[in-house]
Amino acid sequence: MKERNIKISVKDVTKIFGKNAKKAVQLLKEGKDKNEILKKTGATIGVNQAQFDVYEGEIFVIMGLSGSGKSTLVRTLNRLINPTSGEVYIDGKEITKMPKDQLRETRRKKISMVFQKFALLPHRTILENTEYGLEVQGIDKVNRKEQAMASLKLVGLEGYENQLPNQLSGGMQQRVGLARALANDTDILLMDEAFSALDPLIRKDMQDELLDLQTSMSKTIVFITHDLDEALRIGDRIALMKDGSIVQIGTPEEILMNPSNQYVERFVEDVDLSKVLTANHVMKRAETVQVDKGPRVALQMMKKLGISSIYVVDKRKTLLGAITAADAKEAAETGKTLNEILDMNIQKVGGETLLTDLFDQVSTATIPVAVVDVTNRIQGILVRGAVIGALAGNNDAINDFEHNPTEFTSEKLSKEVQN
Amino acid sequence: MEGLLPKLPIAQWIDVFVDWLTVTFAVVFDGITIALEGIVEGMNSLLSFIPSYIFMIILALIAWKIANKGIALFTIIGLFLIDNIGYWSGMLQTLSLVVTAVIISILIGLPLGIWASQKNAVRQVITPMLDFMQTMPAFVYLIPAIFFFNIGVVPGVVASVIFAVPPTIRLTILGIKQVPADIIEATEAFGSTTGQRLFKVQLPLAMPTIMAGINQSIMLALSMVVIASMVGAPGLGADVYRAVTQIQIGKGFEAGLAIVVMAIILDRITQHIGVKKQKN
Repeated sequence: MKERNIKISVKDVTKIFGKNAKKAVQLLKEGKDKNEILKKTGATIGVNQAQFDVYEGEIFVIMGLSGSGKSTLVRTLNRLINPTSGEVYIDGKEITKMPKDQLRETRRKKISMVFQKFALLPHRTILENTEYGLEVQGIDKVNRKEQAMASLKLVGLEGYENQLPNQLSGGMQQRVGLARALANDTDILLMDEAFSALDPLIRKDMQDELLDLQTSMSKTIVFITHDLDEALRIGDRIALMKDGSIVQIGTPEEILMNPSNQYVERFVEDVDLSKVLTANHVMKRAETVQVDKGPRVALQMMKKLGISSIYVVDKRKTLLGAITAADAKEAAETGKTLNEILDMNIQKVGGETLLTDLFDQVSTATIPVAVVDVTNRIQGILVRGAVIGALAGNNDAINDFEHNPTEFTSEKLSKEVQN
Repeated sequence: MEGLLPKLPIAQWIDVFVDWLTVTFAVVFDGITIALEGIVEGMNSLLSFIPSYIFMIILALIAWKIANKGIALFTIIGLFLIDNIGYWSGMLQTLSLVVTAVIISILIGLPLGIWASQKNAVRQVITPMLDFMQTMPAFVYLIPAIFFFNIGVVPGVVASVIFAVPPTIRLTILGIKQVPADIIEATEAFGSTTGQRLFKVQLPLAMPTIMAGINQSIMLALSMVVIASMVGAPGLGADVYRAVTQIQIGKGFEAGLAIVVMAIILDRITQHIGVKKQKN
């Protein structure tokens, strides 16, 4: 992976609620746990010595159950909550030490936020809500309207600008929340359970849209959620929180495949693997024959491998079609070339297609479905047994993609889901 | 018990304090008296200048615009009744007194309420003072008011303000405090200054509640008119007071009825100011 800029750096951030904060911090450093500290000092641990970096342009998901401190943690990033100890750096500048006016400027220009309950201003129209962040900066009416309209257009709310928030559905209201955050054109977007209040179908739409927008905008997004599926779906990296501490940080794949402890394991055991694993994960080596070879060679290969059909490729491994053993035998007898008996009507999928989206194809295909890359070169094939094995959680059926770690990115993932 | 502690001379302290205030701030009190008298009298003569039927129509139109047809109709009929039974000028005098008291209440109450909503320390000081103002019998502060402002309409206005200002302050605090925390968080997150947060978010959202407070202030100011008449404030209150002292049951009822009609008109119109704004 190439070297990436660190956009947000969180160093040893702790937030204690209640009195005796100093003593509680001391006890935390000694390694005492949440309940013990509550008993001894009466203080509640919001966040316990959190430490992580967020890279420019990534979607960093902070996930945990309610009460795990994730919402508190995200609020320390723009200092809606002041951490008790520790530092937060935005673009290398320590936001935790900034004086008020500088903090305000950072909030206006660098970080915007989307809230779980939308937090729209009920007395203002959609346009006025979207303009809010620009309005407080003192940007003149014409310019801020232009910018606000552009971001409303981005989220698909053109034509609603004169409505009031309560005239819109929940999903649309959150689009306004998103548009308001986008209008400021900040590098960093904090999203606090932004889609949690929406019903599942709309939530999925919004996730897709966010990922779509992200491919064109490349913002640095810190996304808070309690929903593992959501985290896996949109996160480039995920930080899992429990009782105020971060228990594991990693790519969705790392979290799923190598849970760092029992807590993470229990968290991920219920996950729907078909929505996480892709064709790349479960495909097997494809047996192919080059098109300029004769039917006899093809027949021989099939016999040796014990298969009844084989994919035909050119020299660059570009997939041309498939032939069956029966056709090859006939061709060998009548003297036809492979090209003439080629079955071009074959099933193929992209490597990043989720399993859930290829069940149908795999179950109805007469020959194993081919996995191809963008240039139509064959990468592998999907054998039913291997697909089912992977779904059953059998790690042997899942390919190791360490040689190609960038493959598993959510942008691509979602693209495929949409197609 | 009695022997343990001598009686605290609270009464003497207050007497000394009031005397001191009267002497020390004589100029200030005189200034306030002249100003308030001018305002109330000025308003009264302005209102008296308008012919009664035109006044009725104007008020009915206002009622129609702000509230609805029914209230406009009630306004016409009610005002016609007051005029008919001969309390028109009394009503105008009372209206001048009430409006002055309410305007002063708003001028004092709104900023104080806003201040208290932003600073806990201020709220902790103001709240017991409001309790004191609302529970201390009005007659008690009417007496020093006479010392400070002489007899007439001015001590009436001052007493009305003391009695009427608490709801405006209380409901301003409440209205601002009631703005949902996540909305405040959002305004903070987008880098609003304290002033921007107040004027663009908190006050507009608190407006219906603040209007309810002002409405209550109007009602309380109206309820003070009879007490105010005891220190010489003219108007419907004086008519009621006179009727009571002379045991004229019928006259007392007439004047009382005029106050009730006024109260209903003012209440219904101001009640709808806040509501209408929210609906649109």
